[in-house]
Amino acid sequence: MLLIRCPYCEEERPELEFRNAGEAHIARSTDIAGESDDDFEKFFFIRSNPKGIIYERWRHMHGCARFFNAVRDTVTDKFVMTYKAGEPKPAKLPGVAK
Amino acid sequence: MAKAAAKKTAAAASPSVDRRPALAGRSTTATGVKVEVLPPAERISLRAPEASVAALSKALGLTLPKKPKTSASKGGRTALWLGPDEWLVIDEGGNDPLADCATVAALHSAVGISHRNIAISVAGPAAEATINAGCPQDLSLDAFPAGAASRTILGKAEIVLLRTSDDAFRVECWRSFSDYVFTFLSEGARDAAG
Ligand SMILES: [Zn+2]
Repeated sequence: MLLIRCPYCEEERPELEFRNAGEAHIARSTDIAGESDDDFEKFFFIRSNPKGIIYERWRHMHGCARFFNAVRDTVTDKFVMTYKAGEPKPAKLPGVAK
Repeated sequence: MAKAAAKKTAAAASPSVDRRPALAGRSTTATGVKVEVLPPAERISLRAPEASVAALSKALGLTLPKKPKTSASKGGRTALWLGPDEWLVIDEGGNDPLADCATVAALHSAVGISHRNIAISVAGPAAEATINAGCPQDLSLDAFPAGAASRTILGKAEIVLLRTSDDAFRVECWRSFSDYVFTFLSEGARDAAG
């Protein structure tokens, strides 16, 4: 079974306790009513869908229930690292050449 | 008519009416493990920021644990860490943790969930194997020692697991899941024994 490290529980836990919650670091506009339709479409519908490294929100649904962020490789399904919600995108990824 | 209705309401609210908890008294025994529904208890779901923890601990008469996957117990009352600002408090001594929290002015949310949950005891040398029949967590004594507590899953149902001693667990689940959870544990007990 895939193990995912929860940054709040501070340990690896079985994947069955987790839920994916979509791409991370997508900021909602502070003036959503003033957005153009095109900008709103980008914010609301368009996702990067990369082959390789993706930044995602995950939720430890059946554990501490907290949302957190994870860096995952969509090719290998390997989790590179996880970090707490609200923390910035990590500048360096462990073990990933770039 | 109104009189009859009023009478009926009074009768329903009367404490003399028998309370019939879900699965009351059910138990099953297999080689090395006993699965048994525990008596009703008082329970609260507690959410509080860091700044309120000391005042709540004082009112509850135990220190709310701050470390993940741990619990604290005192005088028939146990507080289980569920999340960074969330605890499940269980009182088996007949005292009401909700009333104790009501005396605290510091910001918090305490919700009475006594009747939402059913507790099932799984005890014996095969208890660990019985729960692992449907729970994917590492329940070895190194990873999950006595006193460890965690929200997790058993089969398709969410549970809260507390290890009360090296070979005994308390499984808390929602009332509506209790039939499934009890049956699952009974099957797990049979497998663990076999
Ligand atoms: Zn967690």
